[in-house]
Amino acid sequence: MMNPSQGRGLGSGGGSSSGRKQGGEAVVEMFPSGLRVLVVDDDPTCLMILERMLRTCLYEVTKCNRAEMALSLLRNNKHGFDIVISDVHMPDMDGFKLLEHVGLEMDLPVIMMSADDSKSVVLKGVTHGAVDYLIKPVRMEALKNIWQHVVRKRRSEWSVPENSGSIEETGQQQQQQQQRGGPAVSGGEDAADDNASSVNNEGNNWRSSSNNSRKRKEEEGEEQGDEDASNLKKPRVVWSVELHQQFVAAVNQLGVEKAVPKKILELMNVPGLTRENVASHLQKYRIYLRRLGGVSQHQGNLNNSFMTGQDASFGPLSSLNGFDLQALAVTGQLPAQSLAQLQAAGLGRPAMVSKPGLPVSSVVDERSIFSFDNSKPRFGDGIGHHQTQQPQMNLLHGVPTGMEPRQLACLQQQLPVGNRMSIQQQIAAVRAGHSVQNSGMMMPQQQPFPRGPSIRQPMLPNRITERSGFSGRSSVPESSRVLPTSYTNLPTQHSSTSVAFNSFQQELPVNSFPLPSAPGLSVPAQVRKPHSSYQEEVNSSEAGFTTPSYDMFSNRHNDWDLRSIAFDAHQDAESVAFSNSEAYSSSTMPRNNNNNTAVAATDLGRNQQQTPPNMVPHHHQVYGNGGGGSTSVRVKSERVAADTAAMAFHEQYSNQEDLMSALLKQEGVAPVVDTEFDFDAYSIDDIPV
Amino acid sequence: MQRQVALIKQSLFDQGYLDEQFVELEELQDDANPNFVEEVATLYFKDSARLISNIEQALERGSFDFNRLDNYMHQFKGSSTSIGASKVKTECTMFREYCRVGNAEGCLRTFKQLKKEHATLRKKLEQYFQLARQAGPKETARRPK
Repeated sequence: MMNPSQGRGLGSGGGSSSGRKQGGEAVVEMFPSGLRVLVVDDDPTCLMILERMLRTCLYEVTKCNRAEMALSLLRNNKHGFDIVISDVHMPDMDGFKLLEHVGLEMDLPVIMMSADDSKSVVLKGVTHGAVDYLIKPVRMEALKNIWQHVVRKRRSEWSVPENSGSIEETGQQQQQQQQRGGPAVSGGEDAADDNASSVNNEGNNWRSSSNNSRKRKEEEGEEQGDEDASNLKKPRVVWSVELHQQFVAAVNQLGVEKAVPKKILELMNVPGLTRENVASHLQKYRIYLRRLGGVSQHQGNLNNSFMTGQDASFGPLSSLNGFDLQALAVTGQLPAQSLAQLQAAGLGRPAMVSKPGLPVSSVVDERSIFSFDNSKPRFGDGIGHHQTQQPQMNLLHGVPTGMEPRQLACLQQQLPVGNRMSIQQQIAAVRAGHSVQNSGMMMPQQQPFPRGPSIRQPMLPNRITERSGFSGRSSVPESSRVLPTSYTNLPTQHSSTSVAFNSFQQELPVNSFPLPSAPGLSVPAQVRKPHSSYQEEVNSSEAGFTTPSYDMFSNRHNDWDLRSIAFDAHQDAESVAFSNSEAYSSSTMPRNNNNNTAVAATDLGRNQQQTPPNMVPHHHQVYGNGGGGSTSVRVKSERVAADTAAMAFHEQYSNQEDLMSALLKQEGVAPVVDTEFDFDAYSIDDIPV
Repeated sequence: MQRQVALIKQSLFDQGYLDEQFVELEELQDDANPNFVEEVATLYFKDSARLISNIEQALERGSFDFNRLDNYMHQFKGSSTSIGASKVKTECTMFREYCRVGNAEGCLRTFKQLKKEHATLRKKLEQYFQLARQAGPKETARRPK
């Protein structure tokens, strides 16, 4: 008979491998034992059997016989679970609905199961994003390997351009740990040191914390300790915002086409960084750029041309699909949740869930991933500034790294709003979950991001070149970002808004284009100056939106750097804020996604029109010129900012909205710009506005 | 005694009352959970009794809400398969098929059969568990009789 020994074997096997591998394969080392599983089934017999089986596999099991309860369990304990197993037929909620929610909000792998093995149901599981479908009666063998889904998910998240292997690990770990290790990361990151060590720490923290909290303990004895940055101690390099900024600066200096790892390494002059680290990071960066280029030319485009960009962005947006959303979410500081939701909605799969409190480090990782993407299009780096903190956090949060890059890209595009926040940031933010919440908003760095997504956008284009590092991070000098000035203003405003923004961020990951909604918010609300307006905007119904989008954008702009740190942090904060703002924003705007979208859409439309004229003056100042070239772009964003957050937002929104709409359309979802997580529907059209 | 227990169990399998899922459950049983299978079975019977009465009520109403019936049966089938109640599961499948085509009479008929199988299994398992308890754990330390 099976006895614990089997499980033990399993565990031990898993344990040994769980130690983080050095080499970038850390993810795999996860553990099977200690895997935290949440089982949902209204059938008590099955529940009991499953629990027993899972326990035999040495997993930590929590059982639940009602879907609603399961959801609240998950929500209250964002990082408390690694995987969810749910029955399809349940009295209080359809299993697929639960699947969607989980995917969107928490971005956890979900396994569906049922006695029903008809093809249509299984297909439904697949389309809704279930990672697996088990037919009852469930056998032990099927359960023994469910950990693979956790690992796979993490890996895929990280697979997006990640920086040197470390990021992967971190990312993965982040994911795992996202929930858990959130805080740890922050510890590492605060320092904003841009070297690998700090970065590592961050990543480690994040990872370790999460890992440690969980099974790792068993296997590795938790060496990592939650806040112990050195846990991971892998020789991986965590691409912090700063580091990334340096990288980007070096690349830009050399010329993207001609940038070779060796030279980049020399230019960066970061101790401990190897050519290989740079090479892999560069690879990711290139992918990111490509993606950006494809998508509406990075978000920056969107941002830049506020209006025009929209079209551009739109185009790419359409191509964005779930991923983009994710990226957007991430970058855009979509609150991880929202992003997750969006994504889930759009993609039908679990969106990144921003985990609040994700350690900054995690963010970093994510950032790094995204930073590539984000940096480019990102909106004013300044904006990203906010993000820096947040982005990181965000990244960690909800968004599983994999998504981030994409998301960032998406986000960027979507975030036409000044927030350009480098996608990375956003992603980071997303990932980081809302942890960054507002803290980031204020982000010293060029925080303007969060606020003025719109502002950022214009800036971004220019910024990109400038942005070498993450503006997002607090540590990151604002100047690096595009709109330091503008941003600064924003940040203040932002703080208030940032909150909203944060929430927004979080949402972003979700795929939803929070921006759209946000812009809508901002626009109508204020056309006032960026600062004040922003806040106001944020506060006003849209508040929710504006901020978030901001964050997203801001992060974006930092391009990479921000994303990791600032962004996440910021995003998180923002997301949080955003979510808060959402509350009020919703009041103004119908909360539901559709509404937002609609509103946003309308706003955007309005903005677009409005912005051109007046914005210019403002933004310029705000931006302080990030790039010089894109005055127009800047103007746009500025305008937005100038006009008031609303505008900016609007701009963002417009861009984003376009993006989102486009995206959503593609996805077939209504754009729910709403800051709420649930973006699910992307169709802006639906918005009654 | 143990042999007797084993024989009873074997007959249950042979007669098709139980299938390998039951074996799986037994494998989950160990020193830490010595009565796992019995606990599961008890839980199953309790829960399925509830389901049966629900279905009965629904059928008596005469309205034949096939959807609803199908839902009930789906769950019933789920738990039955989970413990390896093979014959019961077969009846469930048939019942659902009748529901699908809207054959009320078929549903009624099958349901009756299902109840019968269910009752039979229950009795047999109760008997089996009782004996098993008396016989003590197969290979582990003896339990006080």
